[in-house]
Amino acid sequence: MSQTLVTPDATVEKAEAASMRTERIVELVQRQGALAVLGIVIVVGLFAYDNFRSFDNAGTVLVSAAPAALIALGMTFVIISGGIDLSVGSLYVLGGVLAAWASQYGVVAAFAAPLVVCGLFGLVQGLVIAYARLAPFIVTLAGLLGARGLMLALSGEGRTTYLVDAGAFKDFGKGELLGVKYAVYLVAVLLVIGMVALYRTRFGQSVYALGGSEDAARLMGVRIRGTQIRVYVLSGLLAGLAGAINAARLGSGVTVLGTGMELDAIAAVVIGGTLLTGGAGTLGGTIAGVLLLQVIQNLINQDGGVTSAWQTVISGAFIALVVVAQTYLAKLRRVASG
Amino acid sequence: MTAPAVSKPGEKSRGLDAATVRRLLPAYGVYVALAVLVLFNIVYTDNFLAWNNFRIQLVQVTPVVIVALGMALVIGTEGIDLSVGSVMALGAALIPLYLGYGMVPALLLAVLGGVFVGLVNGSLVAFVGLQPIVATLAMLVAGRGVALVLSDGKYKDIRDKDFLAIGTDAFLDVPYTVWIAAVLAVIVGFVIRRTVFGRRLLAIGDNRAAAQLAGVPVKRVLITVYVIAAVLAAIAGVIQVSRIGSADASRIGLLIELSAITAVVVGGTPLTGGKIRVLGTVAGAFLMQLLTATMIANNLKDSTAQMVQAVIILVAVYTARERRTR
Repeated sequence: MSQTLVTPDATVEKAEAASMRTERIVELVQRQGALAVLGIVIVVGLFAYDNFRSFDNAGTVLVSAAPAALIALGMTFVIISGGIDLSVGSLYVLGGVLAAWASQYGVVAAFAAPLVVCGLFGLVQGLVIAYARLAPFIVTLAGLLGARGLMLALSGEGRTTYLVDAGAFKDFGKGELLGVKYAVYLVAVLLVIGMVALYRTRFGQSVYALGGSEDAARLMGVRIRGTQIRVYVLSGLLAGLAGAINAARLGSGVTVLGTGMELDAIAAVVIGGTLLTGGAGTLGGTIAGVLLLQVIQNLINQDGGVTSAWQTVISGAFIALVVVAQTYLAKLRRVASG
Repeated sequence: MTAPAVSKPGEKSRGLDAATVRRLLPAYGVYVALAVLVLFNIVYTDNFLAWNNFRIQLVQVTPVVIVALGMALVIGTEGIDLSVGSVMALGAALIPLYLGYGMVPALLLAVLGGVFVGLVNGSLVAFVGLQPIVATLAMLVAGRGVALVLSDGKYKDIRDKDFLAIGTDAFLDVPYTVWIAAVLAVIVGFVIRRTVFGRRLLAIGDNRAAAQLAGVPVKRVLITVYVIAAVLAAIAGVIQVSRIGSADASRIGLLIELSAITAVVVGGTPLTGGKIRVLGTVAGAFLMQLLTATMIANNLKDSTAQMVQAVIILVAVYTARERRTR
């Protein structure tokens, strides 16, 4: 009698332990999946390509990833809150043009101009989303057009390219500490601030709550509109800043870049494990996603045999692969946790 | 809400009160806007009523209309298809490669290219359960890459007279391409209103879980919808090639997904699915086309034109928004 009872009990326990283990592994992989793949890709790169190994190359990867990282940082907040921001690519270009133009008035102006204009642009989008209750997709799609129009208006229909004046702003773009460009440190600092804001503040918790369930968040006393507006302002500010640091690096406000930048940012965020449905996600994952896309790009460049056309095929396939894997892992977790 | 909803039968047809306007605006706002724009042009734009001008507008709007028809179907299922521009490029890139075997094989292959992308999109959405925006984002990136690989990244001129005739010749003074778009619009409208497939599509957009429980083959319908959208995009790509006489995979269909989504949304189709306005979509495409043309004809700069477009989109969507029932 006792034996017959013990056996199923033990089996159940064992099965439970196993399912819990699976759950933990799956959760870890889903959270840190981008990081794991990044590690694998880097290791492969280290063995396969001599030039990839150099310190200079690591610096190149980091500095090219800097603007994308800033945009993706803002996008992570937006997506966790259950929204989306398609305007960041245009705001990025607008920020670059503004910074290059304003650099004649000094380094403070060069940073202030894009931050103020793009921040205000984000504010308007946030207000429309929060008060007119239009879908973020549509509002920021209109924002994409509007910001591009503004950029064209400022740059003489795209024909004028403002050069960055020799001065502190240009020095910021060129300067480096311990072999790493200033921009990378700036991104690192902002990332830490972003993490504190997202994980340790009331605002961060409101963002998660809003994305999880707007109705529940409202019942909990979260200020829905305030949170929504702040998220889009943040995204606009970071996109403008990304444009500014890119202008400082290139020495001019290039008007033709930035098309599709919003999609790259969304891809990085999604690869980083943030769900587009909102309510869940991490900044660490986003940064891993940004670096992953950048490292792959770098590796493809190392291999001279791959044309730019194949590059886009590979990145597209890669996005699909990572996202499909994540979806299956999420399903597995749901099954494992019953 | 405050006034009791009681009205005598005789009053119904008399006048326009605020409530009626609010009810009708989502459905017919786009036509009003279009009419206003046409009137403005008749008064202020020279030669606006010339058939030649009208013909140019028709020809230019054709690719957007065709792509937007597919987009409307996808949006009707509460999805979105960002890959349409890349599919246009893919269809365009396939044409010069196979035109040597004759026009029909080339056209078939271009359409097959669309079917392939649509199958991938649809499978990612239906079987894997990816969000449409992510699935089609991957195909947006990869699709144009494939088109560039196929065309070797080169701009290709086309000299096949029969093929070019699609883009240049006309029937009853209306270009073939416009006829094609019109026929496709009628077919899509018929499919949505009069077929089981259309009903199922809308049911999925309305409430996917309920549709599943009601026995709708959700996955099959979703895949079919994405295949149709991609095939329409490929057709638009082919038409574009036949009109300009060359295939440039890096430029064809660039950002058309945004124009198509705009046309659909401005036309009164909600992004939340469950309802499709085909005629509204066509009118939406015309509205945006005419808006650009008007601004160019009246010497507004490109920058101003884009900002005005942004405002128009917002206003149109704001007036067309459905009341939240939640």
